[in-house]
Amino acid sequence: MAITQDSAPPISDRERRQRVVIRFAGDSGDGMQLAGARFTDASAAFGNDLATLPNFPAEIRAPAGTLAGVSAFQIHIAGGDILTPGDAPDVLVAMNPAALKKNLDDVMPGGVIVINTDSFEERNLAKAGYETDPREDGTLDGYNVLAAPMDELTKEAVKDSGVQGREVLRSKNFFALGALAWMFDRPQETTLDWVAEKFAAKPEVLAANTAAFKAGYNYGITTEAFAHSTFEVPAADLPPGEYTNVVGNQTIAWGLIAGAQAAGIPLFYASYPITPASDVLHELARHKNFGIKTFQAEDEIAAVGLALGAAFVGHLGVTGTSGPGVALKSETISLALMAELPLIILNVQRGGPSTGLPTKTEQSDLMMSIHGRHGDAPLPVIAASSPGDAFDAAIEACRIAIKYMTPVILLSDGYIGTSSEPWLLPDSANLPSFPTSFATHIEGKEFMPYLRDPETLARPWAVPGTPGLEHRVGGLEKDQLTGDVSYDPINHEVMTLLREQKVAAVANDIPDIEVEDDADAELLVVGWGSTYSATRAGVNNTRLEGYKVAHIHLRHLHPFANNLGEVLARYPKVLVPELNRGQLSRLLRAEFLVPAISFSKVQGLPFKAAEIKDKIIETLEMP
Amino acid sequence: MTIAYTRQDFQSDQEVRWCPGCGDYTILASVQLFMADAGIPKENVVFVSGIGCAARFPYYMETFGMHSVHGRAPAIATGIAAARPELSVWVVSGDGDALSIGGNHLIHALRRNVNIKILLFNNQIYGLTKGQYSPTSEAGKRTKSSPMGSLDHPFNPVSLALGAEATFVARTLDMDRTHTIEMLTAAHQHQGSAFIEIYQNCNVFNDKAFIELTAKESRDENQIRLVQGEKVLFDGGKKGVALEEGRAFIVDVEQYGEDVVHTHDATVDDPATAFALSRLAHGPHGPTPLGIFRNVERPAYDDDMERQIADATEAKGPGDLASVLRTNATWTVD
Repeated sequence: MAITQDSAPPISDRERRQRVVIRFAGDSGDGMQLAGARFTDASAAFGNDLATLPNFPAEIRAPAGTLAGVSAFQIHIAGGDILTPGDAPDVLVAMNPAALKKNLDDVMPGGVIVINTDSFEERNLAKAGYETDPREDGTLDGYNVLAAPMDELTKEAVKDSGVQGREVLRSKNFFALGALAWMFDRPQETTLDWVAEKFAAKPEVLAANTAAFKAGYNYGITTEAFAHSTFEVPAADLPPGEYTNVVGNQTIAWGLIAGAQAAGIPLFYASYPITPASDVLHELARHKNFGIKTFQAEDEIAAVGLALGAAFVGHLGVTGTSGPGVALKSETISLALMAELPLIILNVQRGGPSTGLPTKTEQSDLMMSIHGRHGDAPLPVIAASSPGDAFDAAIEACRIAIKYMTPVILLSDGYIGTSSEPWLLPDSANLPSFPTSFATHIEGKEFMPYLRDPETLARPWAVPGTPGLEHRVGGLEKDQLTGDVSYDPINHEVMTLLREQKVAAVANDIPDIEVEDDADAELLVVGWGSTYSATRAGVNNTRLEGYKVAHIHLRHLHPFANNLGEVLARYPKVLVPELNRGQLSRLLRAEFLVPAISFSKVQGLPFKAAEIKDKIIETLEMP
Repeated sequence: MTIAYTRQDFQSDQEVRWCPGCGDYTILASVQLFMADAGIPKENVVFVSGIGCAARFPYYMETFGMHSVHGRAPAIATGIAAARPELSVWVVSGDGDALSIGGNHLIHALRRNVNIKILLFNNQIYGLTKGQYSPTSEAGKRTKSSPMGSLDHPFNPVSLALGAEATFVARTLDMDRTHTIEMLTAAHQHQGSAFIEIYQNCNVFNDKAFIELTAKESRDENQIRLVQGEKVLFDGGKKGVALEEGRAFIVDVEQYGEDVVHTHDATVDDPATAFALSRLAHGPHGPTPLGIFRNVERPAYDDDMERQIADATEAKGPGDLASVLRTNATWTVD
C-alpha cells in the first residue's frame, strides 16, 4: 500500500459543511444499526451536535437481499443547532441493491452514494427489482458514487483473524464504517476501543472487526474517489457541561430510577416484552443494585397487576408497554384509579391499530390515554418530547402519581425510544426531591382511608406493615370517607366528581405555557411529544424566511396547563402537527372551541422539518 | 413472634352478605380461626381477591386487602409478595375467577413458586352472575347459558395445579373446619406458592354438588383422606388406593390385603404420583381424595429476587445514579 499512515489529511483539503445527513442502509443481516450506533458515538466524541433515526423492518429476518429486509440508520451531524435526524441524506451507504432501491429517492441531488459493488450481481439486482444494473443504466447519474468491492476487501483484511466461513463477511459493516470514519474525520479510537471491549471474549471477532475497520479507513485514504470526498463538520458550539449520547428508552428508565429516589421508595417495574418498549425493561433489569425489582410477567394484564400490587404495599409501581399492551391493561388501570393508588403506565407508542407497525413511530394513542377506560375515569397524561426530555418527563410522572395518589400515563414513542441525541447531563445534586409520606397512625377514632388532603384531594397511602391501618380497597364504589363499599347514589356522584377534581387540580401544580418565538404572530404551532424536534426546526426555518410564527409544545396532555385556553385564543390560526389523525387538535377544539387546524402524518415516520415549514407557510397564506 | 389473637380480631365491621346457607360463611370462620391461631401480626396480612361471590372475602377480614379485577388476583398478589416478601399474602378465588378468566395468572403464579397462598372456592357454578356453568361444572350440565347441557369438559383443579408443578397442592371441604384449618396451617408453613381447592356448596345455584362427600350415609365411602406417611385407606379401612404403572386405583382391602395399598408421601419431588391420585375422581363423584397431594421444597421466587438484588449490590455496590447516567461515552464542552 502506498500510504500506510492512518491520520487524516490536513483539514484544508476537506470540504467544510455545517451539517451532513448520513444514512447507512443494508440488509437486516448487514449490521447497519450497529454501524450507525458506532458512527454516532464517534461523532459525539468528535463534538458534533447530532440526532439519529433507526429505521428497521418488523420482521425478525426478512429474506436476504429483498426490499422488505432493508434496515437503515440515519444520523444528522452538525456544528450546532440540530433538532432532527435530517430530512434527506447527503450521504447514502448502500450495502446491496435493495438498500439502494429503497433509499435512493430520499438522497439529496448530487449526494454521495457509497456502494458495495460485490453485492450488485444478478440475483441481488433481481431481488431488489432492478431489471438493469443501476450503476450502468443512468440511475445514478448526478450522484457522486463511491464504489468499493467490500466483500472482497473485507475477506482479504480478516484473513489472519481466525474467523471462518459465514463469519468472515460479518465484518463488512466495519469496513464501511472505517471508510466513513475517514471521510468524516471521525476519531478511530472511539470505535476500536468499543470493539475491544465488546468482543473481548471473542478474540477472533475482535481481530476481524478491527482489521476490517482499519482496512476501510485505509481504503478511504488510498482510493482516489474517496480521498476527494472528505468532509469537515465542525464541532458544535453547545452550552458548556458534560454530555452523553442517549436514546429515549434509556433515559426514561433512568428517569424512573431518579423518580423513585426522589420519592425515597423502591422501584418495581413489571412488563411483558413488546416492541418498542422492551429496552426499558432491559435497562432497568441491569440495575438491581439500586434495589429495583424488575418482573417479566406472563402477560400485559399480569404486568399492570403486579405493578399495582407493588404500589399497594408502598413501592413505586410502574408498568411499561406499547399501545396493544395498554389496551389489555385498561381494566386494571381503572382499578388503580378507583383504589386511588399511584401507578405509572409507560406507553412507548407505535403505529396502530392492532399489531400495526411495531417498529415504527406514531402518536395515535393520545385519545386512548385520555379517554380509553370504562366509566368516567380521568387520569393525568404526560408526554416526553425527546430522548433527553424523557428523563424529566418520567420524574414528573412519578411526582404526580405519588402526590395525587393516581395512575399516570407517561407517553413516549418509538422515535423517542430508539433515536438518540446528545444530552447535557443533569447535576445529580440538583435533581428533584419529593419524599413520600406514608400514613403512620390513625387520626381520630378510626382510620379513614378516603379522607382527603384538602389541597391535593389525595387520600392517604397506608401500606401493610402499619399497625392499626388495616383497610380494604377495591373496584366497587367506595364511601367517600370510610372507603367501605357504597351503593349510595349521591355518594357515587360525589366520588366521581372528587376523582375528576383531583386530576383537574394537577393543573395548578404545573407550569403555565410559555410561547416561544413571535408572540405577536398570526399563527401558533402547537406540538406535543416527539414532534418537538421537527416542529422546532420547521418553525425556525420558516422564521428565517421572514415569517412570524409562535410555537408552544405541550408536556401535560391531561390536564392541560391552566393558561392554555387563553394562549390559544390569542392567535387567529392554530396549527397542530401530529403523527395521528388529529387527536390533539380535536381535544383543543372540544375543550377551547378554537378552530385548530390539524396537520396529520401517519407513515410510521417522524415529520420532516421541511414538511412542517411548508405547512406553516401554506396555513399562513390561507385566506 | 406469636401474638394472642381471637377470631374477633380478624372480623371487620362489614356485614357479611353472602346468601344464607352459603359455604363461604364456614370458610370465612375457618380462615379467621386459623389466623387467630397462626399469630401472624395482622398488619402483615394481605388478602387479595378477584371478582365473584368468593371475592367479597377481603372485605370481611380485618387485615389489609384488595378486591381487584376478575381473574387477576394471583398477579396482583404476586406483585405484593415480590415487593414485600415479609408479608403473608392470600388469594381468595372461585372456579370462574381462577380457572376461567384468570387461568393464565394461576398457572404462572404456581410455577414461579411465589410466596402466595391461593384458596380456590370451587362450587362448580357462576353464582354472582346467577347460575351459568363454570369451568369445573360437569359436562352436560343444564344451566341458563346451557339449556341443552354444557359442552365443556371440566378442569380438575388439583390436576391442573400439579400440571403447573405447584409445590403445595391440597383439597378440602367447606364443612370440615378442622381439616380446612389443618390445610391452611400447612399452606402457611410452606415456603412458596400453595394451592388449596375448597369444595364449597352454593345452596342457591348448585346445591348439593358435593353431597356424596358430605352426606352422613355416603361420606365414609367417598372421602379418601391423604395423610402423610400413612396408608391411603378409606371406608373404615375396607378400601384402599393402590398404584400400578403410574395409575392410581381403588382396591378391596379385605380381598387384596393392606400390603398393596399405597403409603402417602406428599414430599416426593416427582409430581406423577400426586397427579395419579388426583385422577381418582374427576369432580366430586365417587371416592375423592382430600388432603395434601404435594408438598415439596423449591426456592420461593420472592426470596430469589431478593437474593439477586443482594448479589448485584455486593458485586457492584449500591446504585449510583450519577454513574448510570454516564453509561454511554461522555464528553465535556467548555
